[in-house]
Order: sequence, then C-alpha cells, then structure tokens
Amino acid sequence: MEKLITLQTTAVPLPIEDVDTDQIIPARFLKAVTKEGFGDNLFRDWRYHKDGSENENFVLNNPTYSGRILVAGKNFGCGSSREHAAWALYGYGFQVVISSFFADIFKGNALNNGILPIVVDGNTLDAIFKKIESNPNTQFDLDVEAQVLKVEELNIDFELDSYKKECLLKGQDDIDFLVSLKDEIESFEAQQVIF
Amino acid sequence: MGKTLFEKIWDAHIVKTIQGGREVIYIDRHLIHEVTSPQAFSGLKQRNLPLFRKEKIVATADHNVPTLNQHLPIKEPLSKKQVDTLIQNCKDFEIPLFGLGHEKQGIVHVIGPEQGITKPGMTIVCGDSHTSTHGAFGSIAFGIGTSQVEQVMASQCLLLSRPKTMRITVNGKLAKGVTSKDIVLYIISKLTASGGTGYFIEFAGEAIKSLSMEARMTICNMSIEMGARGGMIAPDTTTFDYVKGREHAPKGDAWDKAVEHWSTLYSDEDATFDHEVAFEAKDILPMITYGTNPGMGMNVTETVPDVPNVKSLEYMGIEAGEQLLGKEIQFVFIGSCTNSRIEDLRQVAEFVKGKQKAVNTSVMIVPGSKMVEAQAKAEGLDKIFESAGFELREPGCSACLGMNEDKVPAGQYCVSTSNRNFEGRQGPGARTILASPLTAAAAAVYGKIVDVREYLN
Repeated sequence: MEKLITLQTTAVPLPIEDVDTDQIIPARFLKAVTKEGFGDNLFRDWRYHKDGSENENFVLNNPTYSGRILVAGKNFGCGSSREHAAWALYGYGFQVVISSFFADIFKGNALNNGILPIVVDGNTLDAIFKKIESNPNTQFDLDVEAQVLKVEELNIDFELDSYKKECLLKGQDDIDFLVSLKDEIESFEAQQVIF
Repeated sequence: MGKTLFEKIWDAHIVKTIQGGREVIYIDRHLIHEVTSPQAFSGLKQRNLPLFRKEKIVATADHNVPTLNQHLPIKEPLSKKQVDTLIQNCKDFEIPLFGLGHEKQGIVHVIGPEQGITKPGMTIVCGDSHTSTHGAFGSIAFGIGTSQVEQVMASQCLLLSRPKTMRITVNGKLAKGVTSKDIVLYIISKLTASGGTGYFIEFAGEAIKSLSMEARMTICNMSIEMGARGGMIAPDTTTFDYVKGREHAPKGDAWDKAVEHWSTLYSDEDATFDHEVAFEAKDILPMITYGTNPGMGMNVTETVPDVPNVKSLEYMGIEAGEQLLGKEIQFVFIGSCTNSRIEDLRQVAEFVKGKQKAVNTSVMIVPGSKMVEAQAKAEGLDKIFESAGFELREPGCSACLGMNEDKVPAGQYCVSTSNRNFEGRQGPGARTILASPLTAAAAAVYGKIVDVREYLN
C-alpha cells in the first residue's frame, strides 16, 4: 500500500447520492485475477455510451474538472463488498473521496488501499460543491497527520482512527500486524470451545 | 447489565483489544468464491505467507458460472480463467472446493447453511456483502473486502471496530400472501438504504420468530441493503431443527452440548441496544421497488412517491404518482442468495401449478445449489415449472448481478427475487423491480405487476 501524507490537488464533483459499487465498477468487469486495470472501467456505464463512445455529460469526461479527490453525495459506496471499487478509484487516480456519509465496507476497503474517505457534514459538502462549481481550479490541501483539509478559507477537521492514520502515513496494511499476533491467536484457539 | 446476542458472540471472539479501541476478532468460518479471492491468494503468495487454518475455509464457484450446460467447459474466457484460478488455488492450498460438477456446488450463502457449515454462535466472513445471510442462525456473519480475505487467510482474524447495535422488532402475525421478503423490503423502505450503516441488527418479535430458517435467511441477507454490517436472529428450536442431522452438524453428545450452549444465545432482558425500532406485521403488504436502490420500495397498491432522486425514476422509466399495479413486465428472475432455496421454489411451484406464464414474459428460475435443484426435482417441481413455461436453470448467482451470460435485456422490466435494483445490476439498461417469490410468480403468470393476495385461495 502507498503512503498518503499530504496532498495538494483539485477535485472532481459527483453530486449524486447513494452511488453504489455496481456504478463504481459494474459486475461484468470483476473478472480479473489481479488488482490492475480497473481504473479504465471506473463508472463505466455512466462514463461511456452503450456503443463505447464517451458520454460527454459525465464529469470524468469533462476536461474542466480533474484532480485526485472525488467529492460525492451521501452514502457513497453502498452495495457490494467488492474491493474492486477501491481498486478502480485508485487505479483512475483518486486518493481521497469526500462525502457526507460512506457505506461501511467501502470505507474499510478504501483505507486498506491507501484511499482516505473524508466524512464532512451536509452543509460543508454543499459548500465544497459550490466552490468547485464556481471555480473548478479550487485547491484542496490535505494534511493527514494533522487531520485537516483546507479548501480556501474552509478549514475542515476530519475524523480518522489513530490506527488507520498510522497505516496511511506509513503505507502499512493490517496483515503484518495480524500475522505478528500468531502466539496470541493460538492461545485464543486453545481455550475456544467449538461446537 | 445484560448483553445483547451480538455482544455475547462478539465478546467470545476477541483475541485482543488494541490502542484506539479496535479489536482483533477470531473468525470461525471463512467462505470464499472465485471473484473476490484470487487477489488474496496472490497476496499470500507474494508475501510468502502460509494459509493459517485451511480447515476453516470452504470454497465454491457461483458468481461467474453459466447456468446452462454446466458439464461443458465455461465458454466465456475471463470467467473460465477466474474459475480455473480458484480451482488451482484450492489445490495449491488444500481447500475443499464445491466447484462446478460437484453435487453440492451452489451459491456460497446457500451451501453453507444447507450443509450445516453455518452454526449458531459462530463468526463467519466471506468476500461478499450478502454474508449477512448466515446471521439467521444466530451467528455474526458479514461481508469483507479482498484485503480482509487475505488477512483471514493469513491469521484467521480481522482487526475491526465494534459496530453499534440495533434491534428491529416486528410484532404480530403476517397476513396471507405476505412473506419475509416483504418484511425486509418494508423495513428498508422505512429506514432507507443507509439507515442501518454502522449497526449490527438483531431482528426480533413474533413475526420473525414465526418464520422458517429459509425465510429468516432472506431477511438477514438483505440487512446490508440498509447499509448494516450484518443482521442476526436469536437461535431457537426452528434453528436447531434445521441444523440437526446436516452433514457438518454436531452429532450425539456433541449435539446436546451444542444445543445447550446455543440456547444461551439471546439478548438478555436488561441488555441495551444503541437503537431500537418496532414495526407491526399487520402494516406490511406485498412489496415492490420502483427505483434504483432497495430503499425505494412501496407496497404494491401504492403510487410512486415524488422523490428527489429524479435520475433514478428516469432510469426506471417510471413517473412519480404512477401506480405500478397492472404495469406490464417482460422478465421474471427467481433466484439469488436471497430467494433460491427449496422453500422459495416450493412457494412458486404451488402458485404456478396448473398455470402458464404470460406470453410476453420470459421466466428464469435458478436454484441456489445442486442440493436445492435435486430436491426440487425429487418433489416434481421441475415438471410444474416446465409446464408453466418457466426455464429451470442450473445453480449460480446468475441474473442477480449478470456476471455470467444471464442478463435482463436493456429497457426491460424484470420482477426479481434478488436483492439489488441498482442501475445496470441485472445487465446494462435493465430495470429491476424487487419482490417476493410469490409476487414474482404472479407477475410471471399475468405478465404484469399484480397484488398476489387477490390470486390466493
């Protein structure tokens, strides 16, 4: 997993609520056996017409907007547990997703892939959308250590589990930690009554 | 203070609590399938880590498999590669695989319970959000991402933050023609598609206790559709009767000890939940969805509400204020981990016996497993489906998510017993209307959305 410490970038607005993982990456593109290449099919059915041509009305095809942050409506990432959704966002180039609410499994998957989900309140989300709308070059300045996102005069403090913060800053995932607990896990197993 | 059912099981699986409050939770059973496991196996290999407890893992091929001619090689090359990768990984790591051609192959959330692999009091995970199904047995079961699949493979544990608890009580008795699918669609329509996020839900009350295990599984299966981490129901004699005698169920003295322990798995009277909600069974009627998330549901007699999500109604070709009763449909899908068990098939067969499907409607019925398929055939249900013009397929996830060839054509309305009506879920442009097997059977026969209660004896 790559580290995420600071980030200065612009953002892409997606003011749609309940964006489910079938929209982020449709099931028919889940057939790969590696983690690569999913970015090409991020938001596939919104991004392309049935004939494969680009849908000019979709924000990812609008050259006005770019950046490594996706700003989305409430309940982003609901639905399936497919981690392919996180791989697709990361593969496309997003390192941060901002929303007023995230689905649980997506949130965990994002963090396990070096993507930071930032939860803001509904008013702040609206304010961010307005800023991007009035100036697509609005700069976002993220400091993971300080847990602060600056968007012009907005100083947004966001919550982040201390353990997960450490993981992002160091580019570590849970697996090394869990494997290091082998003795404790075996002691647990020894006392467990199994039916 | 007493404990909730959830707390009793969770607390019994804590290996360690770390700074910041996260807990290392031991996982009793890990189910895997071909779509969300290959990258986890690759990760293990790259890190040179062994599979920590191979005896606690079970595999099946379900998401990608064709539902016709399963005895022939898979035609679609990418699907074939994914299924072949699973076969190879199971061979390399010595994992039992209920793959294509196996007499017990099927949807991962159907085969676990029917073989007695799923038991009360367990922690169960799978790289699939509908793992919540297994909570019907009074277990903590939830879907995980592929990174977590790899973590469980490497350590049999997950590092988790404790979810909040919610109890949803459904009081009273269900009316005729109203099923567990209607209960859960009703609950989701009231709580919304995100109303359960952050919570582990216990379903309780007379209406829930009166349900069979199959019906309970349908409810727990869809907990995730309100965003919940999982759903569960306290085990009782219905649960024990279902588990008893199954292949992996405890036998003899071990059975008695197990039942003694399982009988302690309920929420204590003085236990407190972070949130409680109650509904009355008499308020629940046959349900359908009209939009593109499972929270957009209503009873079949209502008119489509004026919702802010205009894009959703546009996609569905449905207008606010419209009544869907009488709306022509072109496709019916009966299957998925929500409703493909023997009881679902029996219910459909009982309704369609002696009837024919409508001329304008295609009907696909996909059993959840080879064991369900065999049972259906033994009971002669296949003959009923055949004479009704229903196409009985071989087991798999099928048109629930359209990863294989089974897709609903663009623009067509499909009354589906599955769990998600997301845009394009059943195929690009497909318009999904979620419903119970009974409502789906009636839609198949009349070629339109009907109130099934009017057609019951």
